[in-house]
Amino acid sequence: MQNELRQTCRRLLEEGTVQVVIGYGDGTDGQTFPTFVTRRDDVERLVWNERCYTNLATYLTRPEILALGKAAICVKACDERALVVLEKESQIDRSQLVVIGLACSTDGVKQPKCEACENRTPRWANVTIGDAAGETAKTTADRYAALQAFMQKTPDERMAYWKTELARCVKCYACRQVCPLCYCRQCIADKNRPVVISTSATLKGSFAWQITRAFHLGGRCIGCDECTRVCPAGIDLRLLNLSLARAAEENFNFRAGVDVEAEPIVGAYSERDREEFIR
Amino acid sequence: MSEQQPFEPKIVAYVCNWCTYLGADLAGTNRLEYPANVRIIRLPCTGRIDFNLIIKAFEMGADAVLVSGCHPGDCHYTAGNFHARRRWILFRQLLETMGIDTRRVHFSWISAAEGKKFQQFVTEITETARALGPYQAYREICQAE
Repeated sequence: MQNELRQTCRRLLEEGTVQVVIGYGDGTDGQTFPTFVTRRDDVERLVWNERCYTNLATYLTRPEILALGKAAICVKACDERALVVLEKESQIDRSQLVVIGLACSTDGVKQPKCEACENRTPRWANVTIGDAAGETAKTTADRYAALQAFMQKTPDERMAYWKTELARCVKCYACRQVCPLCYCRQCIADKNRPVVISTSATLKGSFAWQITRAFHLGGRCIGCDECTRVCPAGIDLRLLNLSLARAAEENFNFRAGVDVEAEPIVGAYSERDREEFIR
Repeated sequence: MSEQQPFEPKIVAYVCNWCTYLGADLAGTNRLEYPANVRIIRLPCTGRIDFNLIIKAFEMGADAVLVSGCHPGDCHYTAGNFHARRRWILFRQLLETMGIDTRRVHFSWISAAEGKKFQQFVTEITETARALGPYQAYREICQAE
């Protein structure tokens, strides 16, 4: 599979179809790192294994990557959903992008998200590497199991939980940087005239930041869980993302990035949206 | 000042310029008395009311927040309140997950002709906030070093 990936990328670079391949390369400590290959002889640096958990879609909107020219990107089925959202939000031109789909083995990339994985084979890739694995139907209960367990707590317990968790936040903004859908050139957290979100790593600032981060991804988050994976403080940000994803699914029958035809729910409305909570 | 002052909740009301603000104005011109606990902040439209403002109000010591605008179909900008409603549906869920007290966050549609409704609703939420007491939990968050 790895060889097939390298050959494909070599061909793409040789033919001049793309100028850069965004893929995975071996890093330190047995990890894989995002790798950018611009010369065909460097394709040997590309790897594909169960440690390729990074969602590379975040690089597609970075100016320094765009400056390299037309790109080919390696995506797993879960990462691919980010491309669907990015395209719907006019952030990428799909026709100018070569998508190399990597079909996961039955184990996936051994991340918590793999447990609720429904489809291990990318669906809209230009080239798919690896054997097409079948789909595994999952219920909403499977998708939101972690959230469901968390919501058994009382509101006071939930707040106490976040107070303990967010007290560890150092405001490194890794959750934002790694997110494929946090692409604003100037983030609201960086605004200082006036300051919208307290910039200190105090509970006040951390609460405001995480509420903002999660809500700006409401109805958009594809659940790649990269924010949770990169958090140096080990905060389970997934719970916040899941709560908004579930709200989107329950109220608007919408799952971000799953259906290429579906229109985004944020920035749109229906006259029949529920309003029993409004007086 | 040795006497203990009774608790008076602070309520921040984000209202739209075209409906609820005029509703509040009508309550005033009709001499309808409503609690002075509510601080009205006028914004162009409920569609403009950023959820950050709700958090900001709590950060500044509010005990309850009201967000109010035109009835569906009456928006001065055609659809601002429809967009807002959709965001509130999602936002309320996030507040629930964070454990923020959703009994302190109110939403309503109050038109320019509903001075009476404004008076009644503000009185009602003031009483609710009074019964709930100060929003100590969020204050502690904001005071934590």
